[in-house]
Amino acid sequence: MSAHGHTVHVSAAPTKFIWKYIFSTDHKVIGIQYFFLALTSVVVGMLLSVLMRFHLLWPGAKLPFLQGGVMTQAQYLSLVTMHGTMMVFFVLTTAPQAGFGNYFLPIQIGAPDMAFPHLNMLSFWVTFLAFVSLIAAFFVPDGAPISGWTAYTPLSGIGQATGPGEGWGQTMWIVSISLFCLASLLGALNFIATLIDMRAPGMTLMRMPLTCWGWFVTAILTLLAFGVLLAGGILLFLDRTAGTSFFLPAGLVLTDQLQPHSGGSPLLWQHLFWFFGHPEVYIAILPGMGVASHVLSTFCRKPIFGYKAMVIAMNAIGFLGFVVWGHHMFLSGMNPYSAFAFSVMTMAIGVPSAIKTFNWLGTLWGSKIHFEVPMLFALGFVSLFVSGGLSGLFLAQPAVDNLLHATYYVVAHFHLVMGVASIFGMFAATYFWFPKMFGRMMNPTLGKIHFWFTFVGAYCIFMPMHFLGLAGGIRRYADYTAISYLQPLRPLTMFVTFAAFVTVTAQLFFLFNLFWSLKKGAVAGKNPWNATTLEWTIPSPPPHDNFGGQYPSVYRGPYEFSVPGAREDFIPQNLEPSQVAQEAKS
Amino acid sequence: MKTDQHRSSWAAFLFPLLQFLLVAATVYVFLSKKYAPPPAITAAGAAIDHQYDMTLVVTAVAFILSQLGLAFVVLKYRDHGQSVQFSRGNNTLELLWTSLTAVLFVGLALLGGKAWASGRMFEPGPDTVRIEVTENQFVFNFRYPGPDGKFGRLDPRKIDASGGNPVGLDPTDPTGTDDIVVPTMTVPVNQEVELLLRSQDVIHSFFVRELRLQQDAVPGLIVPVRFKAEKIGRYEVVCTQLCGLGHSNMHTYLDVVSPEDFAAFLKKGGQ
Repeated sequence: MSAHGHTVHVSAAPTKFIWKYIFSTDHKVIGIQYFFLALTSVVVGMLLSVLMRFHLLWPGAKLPFLQGGVMTQAQYLSLVTMHGTMMVFFVLTTAPQAGFGNYFLPIQIGAPDMAFPHLNMLSFWVTFLAFVSLIAAFFVPDGAPISGWTAYTPLSGIGQATGPGEGWGQTMWIVSISLFCLASLLGALNFIATLIDMRAPGMTLMRMPLTCWGWFVTAILTLLAFGVLLAGGILLFLDRTAGTSFFLPAGLVLTDQLQPHSGGSPLLWQHLFWFFGHPEVYIAILPGMGVASHVLSTFCRKPIFGYKAMVIAMNAIGFLGFVVWGHHMFLSGMNPYSAFAFSVMTMAIGVPSAIKTFNWLGTLWGSKIHFEVPMLFALGFVSLFVSGGLSGLFLAQPAVDNLLHATYYVVAHFHLVMGVASIFGMFAATYFWFPKMFGRMMNPTLGKIHFWFTFVGAYCIFMPMHFLGLAGGIRRYADYTAISYLQPLRPLTMFVTFAAFVTVTAQLFFLFNLFWSLKKGAVAGKNPWNATTLEWTIPSPPPHDNFGGQYPSVYRGPYEFSVPGAREDFIPQNLEPSQVAQEAKS
Repeated sequence: MKTDQHRSSWAAFLFPLLQFLLVAATVYVFLSKKYAPPPAITAAGAAIDHQYDMTLVVTAVAFILSQLGLAFVVLKYRDHGQSVQFSRGNNTLELLWTSLTAVLFVGLALLGGKAWASGRMFEPGPDTVRIEVTENQFVFNFRYPGPDGKFGRLDPRKIDASGGNPVGLDPTDPTGTDDIVVPTMTVPVNQEVELLLRSQDVIHSFFVRELRLQQDAVPGLIVPVRFKAEKIGRYEVVCTQLCGLGHSNMHTYLDVVSPEDFAAFLKKGGQ
């Protein structure tokens, strides 16, 4: 479909530090900026969760940095809120799409940059502002909000009167999320325009790497979903500051005061939030699925099994992702008949996810597996996605949800799919693409240590949470001392907490490896993995205009590994057919 | 491929081993029922448990096959010098496993409909005990309509917890004078109960494990749910929807008593 001539017009490479590294329009620099923003966010998010786990075991402990020493319930809830917000938005929505997508989408389709480089730069800096606003919530009077990353109204919709942190803290939260929405919408426009219009000659949609398909579907979801959250955020802001009542009914009594609002519906917030919130979780996982497919195929030396089915499945997940939001609201008070519809659609969305899993297994079948570090994380991704996805089958049914809603069962489910599987996709991407981005290899021994500790550790943290939930462990409880039937859960809670401490510590291997290898890693060539896609045909790191002023030409699909009759076990996408070395005839 | 070995990486053995341990440990803990909810005390709850069990069977089979399958292919197809069995896919297989999965998953969803409907879709009968549940930061209050069978009018401006009127009964409405308002819930065994859930401030929830019943209480709405308890006893009621800084302390009790004890409870005005 791309009708370009073969020469490319790119602005001259900047030389001054500020234009090269700070306010850069180069998609590669912007991708790295997003990556390091996500890295900072994940470290902050992890520290918050460590504090949460610590508090659950030792609620009476005095912590040196807290005024008064002991963590209050409200402070615990603010950790819950900020942990969720930081991780979902600034890690899972940032690194997979804005980080790796920005860096590698243009290169994998053979383009010199994104369609709108200045818009791209704006997107990053608005995201950065959003990050600063969120962090600011910790430092405003009365601290960070306590309404969870879901910010249900009226708890979030009135202000100070509903609890600590609900004044300035909640306001900063809304500001942060609104800015994030704006930046994401601009980014989505960029991705879609680039994908549709800037593919190199021969790069048809069905020859795109599955990573690109992941970024494509994710961008469409982003474009359609984030606008709804932005609208919800603005309405929430108005309810809190301008006396409107979008989400607030009449008759609310808080701190003995009858609130002046009337006519609104708390369920409206939930509908708006979850209409965004469900596609959001697919935004968080789809790029990781693309990476998993890509890495599996590369290190299996075999084409991805069922490329077309994989494309259809990704699109089906994306589409169905818009009609299942009510499964977060089965018990919300919405019409119980709607639960039937949402339940059937939610179970249906398990089907394309299952197809992808079967195809990953099919790729591995009959292959020749090389256990490099990116591959370990891709294999881990498959295992974790199966574990996390299957618990969704329980939660998708409203009858069973009566027992499991708001328990640690839900926490187990979403952490396994989002908090671990998606992160494993990002680890796989990091180890895989680090050589291309920085011209050096990461240390494989440190990588392997990181993998095994994290794989075992993450399972030790999140599998037991299913059992905590089944036994009645309620989520977002700052402590378990008030409810008698929660006391026997302490040993399992302890196990989870210690597993968390170990796993978080193991991430130091990754952080050290990352920063050390930037300067001291073994120098990487163009194609250390003998991979087929276009990024492996250019220098490591790539020049400013990626392909040296020309569009590459593409002759085949992205996963031509071990093709019968070819001498090499991989054929790059841009290798002319006449250049493909054939096996010597015996 | 610039790998540093032609012999198999030990990852080829460790990964399948861990997968096996994962399956073994998970199956063991589930089968041991060490972490399980207490037995259900309603027929509807038993139906929910049945639905849960069916789902568990399906997911267990899928889990065991997938995870062990992953272990198997990793072990069998580790690079030990073999050739790749080239394939781009298999459309027949795709159609087969897609259809099978669709039938299984959607079938499960349809089967669970009745268990859901029994708690949520009903018309209260003449013998149904109706109780209005009012939640607010951070207490439960339960209102019975009294001998006249009518709930008196409420006025939020009349709410005065310390003054003995936590739900805001309007003193100008005579039907409210016999209403009973208490902090714990008492119901008769083997009799249908309808709860009318409401909230005075933020969203709360009502959850009793033994009833297998959980429902949000939403300001501005009155949400009806129904149950019929079949076992006398005291059961814990907890709030499960994040409602503020006292969320983990918001709980009360459900007492299922004999019909005689229930009549006595009502007669004494809930004392």
